[in-house]
Amino acid sequence: MRDGSRREPLLAARGLRKSFGHIVALDGTDFDLYPEEILAVIGDNGAGKTTLIKVLSGAVIPDAGEILVEGQRAHFRSPLEARRHGIETVYQDLALASELNIAENLFLGREIRRRGILGRFFRILDKPRMLREAARHMSDLKIGIQSMNQTVGGLSGGQRQGVAVARSAAFATRVVIMDEPTAALGVKETRMVVEMIRRVKARGLPVVLISHNMPQVFELADRIHIQRLGRRVAVVRPDECSMSDAVAILTGAKEGNGLSRPTARSASRESSER
Amino acid sequence: MNAKRLLAACCSAAIVLFAAQSVFAADQSSPIKIGLVVKTLTNPYFVTMIGAAKKYAAEKGITLITGSGAYDGDNAGQITAMENMASAGVKGILFTPSDSSAIVPTVEKLRKQGIVMIALDTSTTPESATDGFFATDNFQAGKLIGEYAKAAMAGKTPVIAMLDGTLGSTVSQQRHDGFLAGFGIKEGAPSIVSEQATNGDESKALTAMENSLSKNPQINLVYSINEPAGFGAYTAIKKAGKIKDIMIVSIDGSHNGVEAVKSKEFAADSMQFPAKMAQDGIDAVITYAQSGVKPTGYVNTGCALISDTPEHGLSIESSSWGLHNAWGGKG
Amino acid sequence: MLRPFSISGIGALVALLLACTFFSLGTPRFLRGENISLILQQAMVIGVEAIGQTLVILTAGIDLANGTVMALGSVVMTGLAVNNGVPPVLAVLIGFLVTSGFGLLNGALVTTIRLPPFIVTLGVLNITRALTLIYTLTIITGLPDFMNTAGNTFTIGATQITFGSVLMILLYIIMFFVLRATAWGRHVYAIGNNPEAVRLAGISRTRLLLSVYALAGLFYGIAGLLLVGRTGVGDPQAGLNDNLGSITAVVLGGTSLFGGRGNILGTLVGTLIVSVFNNGLQLMGVQEIYQVLITGILVILAVSVDQMSHRTQG
Repeated sequence: MRDGSRREPLLAARGLRKSFGHIVALDGTDFDLYPEEILAVIGDNGAGKTTLIKVLSGAVIPDAGEILVEGQRAHFRSPLEARRHGIETVYQDLALASELNIAENLFLGREIRRRGILGRFFRILDKPRMLREAARHMSDLKIGIQSMNQTVGGLSGGQRQGVAVARSAAFATRVVIMDEPTAALGVKETRMVVEMIRRVKARGLPVVLISHNMPQVFELADRIHIQRLGRRVAVVRPDECSMSDAVAILTGAKEGNGLSRPTARSASRESSER
Repeated sequence: MNAKRLLAACCSAAIVLFAAQSVFAADQSSPIKIGLVVKTLTNPYFVTMIGAAKKYAAEKGITLITGSGAYDGDNAGQITAMENMASAGVKGILFTPSDSSAIVPTVEKLRKQGIVMIALDTSTTPESATDGFFATDNFQAGKLIGEYAKAAMAGKTPVIAMLDGTLGSTVSQQRHDGFLAGFGIKEGAPSIVSEQATNGDESKALTAMENSLSKNPQINLVYSINEPAGFGAYTAIKKAGKIKDIMIVSIDGSHNGVEAVKSKEFAADSMQFPAKMAQDGIDAVITYAQSGVKPTGYVNTGCALISDTPEHGLSIESSSWGLHNAWGGKG
Repeated sequence: MLRPFSISGIGALVALLLACTFFSLGTPRFLRGENISLILQQAMVIGVEAIGQTLVILTAGIDLANGTVMALGSVVMTGLAVNNGVPPVLAVLIGFLVTSGFGLLNGALVTTIRLPPFIVTLGVLNITRALTLIYTLTIITGLPDFMNTAGNTFTIGATQITFGSVLMILLYIIMFFVLRATAWGRHVYAIGNNPEAVRLAGISRTRLLLSVYALAGLFYGIAGLLLVGRTGVGDPQAGLNDNLGSITAVVLGGTSLFGGRGNILGTLVGTLIVSVFNNGLQLMGVQEIYQVLITGILVILAVSVDQMSHRTQG
């Protein structure tokens, strides 16, 4: 089913392939993300969701296929290069340093230096400014933490998620990717993070959201990318597709709407499954 | 930990400490403090020296502070120990230098502060850096067993293996030369078929002896710089089944060594008197403290030849005398 | 960021104060100005080595080669000056170059070949020990005056203070600020704390670790100069146990051996604890084997406190 609008995808991938030894993680995956939408990526374990996300964030280099940023071919050889294209990722384990404080984590690798000789030659940090800006980014997402000076290790799970989300939202210029942001959280904190994600979208950044949590996916997503056996087998809209149908497509009980280009190998695999 | 609990913990700790320190506190009424710094605490030779010094110090009513390096060659450790003793107010320091030249700047510094510095067993380089040097005449120690070996080997053609100490050590060189003089041969004589440095270490001496025997199975006399080297040689000789054919002579005079003479492992052993070194040293410091007179130069603390086989013309003590006077514990 | 000490760092300071109290009660000779100055002087070599060791341990590494690298540096600088007539300042700088070079080697092996730091530095320990003994079996004496500077003193009131111990304290203060207030310093903590986060943040692990190990090597070279100033000789046998000594100081000061946590000022306190015990026990005439025993007990206590505070923070 094609999306009716004639917008160009902000971030797209065609025919991604990636194997780890004998394990095929991506078998010709496609991907499209349009501006100002929340795109959920769902799929069973081993479908290739995490590998897909890692390719888009530059953490993994694909064996074949291409990535297109606003229509232009792009190669991400490292997470840094993906970031330079404005793509920020919140990883499942958050990638936070528990002994550093919130501001230091937010600006990790992008620290603000003092002006003048102190900053340029001695490379001394402008800590007051870091604290201020960090506070601003957190309050933009309405995350209620008072002091930016406390170490991240002392925060709750939801608060830590907030720091990681705020970090990506602060620096992303094109896309924010989130891998299972609420997987380890309780009900109240999950709510907090869901609200955060909405606010990120409200700031004009599209969000790619991997999640196992169906109700959450159906609550948040504008479109749902269904990954199965290393390929995108369907893209559905939550208002046009029921949760049970989506799950059925995910497990293979139901056919997808065929938005992947089948290769000879995958075609034979599907026929052997029937 | 909140502030109140911390404060309470500190107060109770302080009270406990005050009580505890009285257990350890040195006798403040003793007027004379003497320091003794040895090479390491793991060498039984130095353990003996310290034990004898402590006993003698108690008899004389003076306070003895001891220290050492962490390993053979730990010059910095000996310097630290000496500085602490100076800070403790010692009148004199007796020491066996790990490195004869490295310790000299510190020795000179402390001499300038009016502390009398006496080297025991091994001299500093130069010897004049200290106020006194009390030690065995190492040349004499070597000479005694050289003379014994010559007398005991009369009639046989000597084939000699020499197991020396550490390269460059004056003690090793003096004993070596003394043995040659006592035996009546010169350096490089054809009767000497092997000369190896063993660092005075038993396992190194074992290897050296095995190699020497392998090179020259006719060896019938072994000179060893000290007893560990001698024991290493004995093990090698026993393994080769040549106990009956080879004579071992050694230097040190520890309990173990004299037992070895008694059991005929060693034919003869030159005995040193480390306890006497410590005692003479303590006496010298007491004299200095009481009269301001410093010791000067070298004092020979003596050596005796121990053997159970009498030889004409030599002054020999039996092993039973030796056991009475040996240093070191049994074992 | 603003807290100067974690809970375990405070513990070290309390332990130091208690030790000083104990010894000043035990003997009136402890609290004299000269004795305190002596303690600082005795601490300065290991103290500066421990700065380098702290940096390495913060990155979740460990350096077993610090003592032998220091010894190599000190014999090279003294040997060049005495035997080859190299001007003393240049000889010292070459010595620093040698020690930093071996630090760089450590870092290169850890980052490129990805060998564990324990193994790498163990290998470098043996290499530098051998090189030192190949360079000279005997000690080097007759040093030019410049090299003794670290051991020289200046007088405040009735007390003589060694330049070297002042330098040690200055270096600690400088590194304290560097670790707290520069991006590099925060990255040192981060890589020991969560190396994956550092990688994903786009920070080069290679450049960071190379700089840490090389800088540690420089500190070992400085420690070598302080040793030369203190003893007046270049000694190839020096520093053989300094790896354990510096690690003890780091652990006593509250820095975690797992990396990412700790305070460099704590290391200074840890160094002083060892020196205070060494000095105090000797002043009181206690057999020095007890000093070894006490140090061992302190280390166990320090690590336990560190583990407990780690757990409560969660």
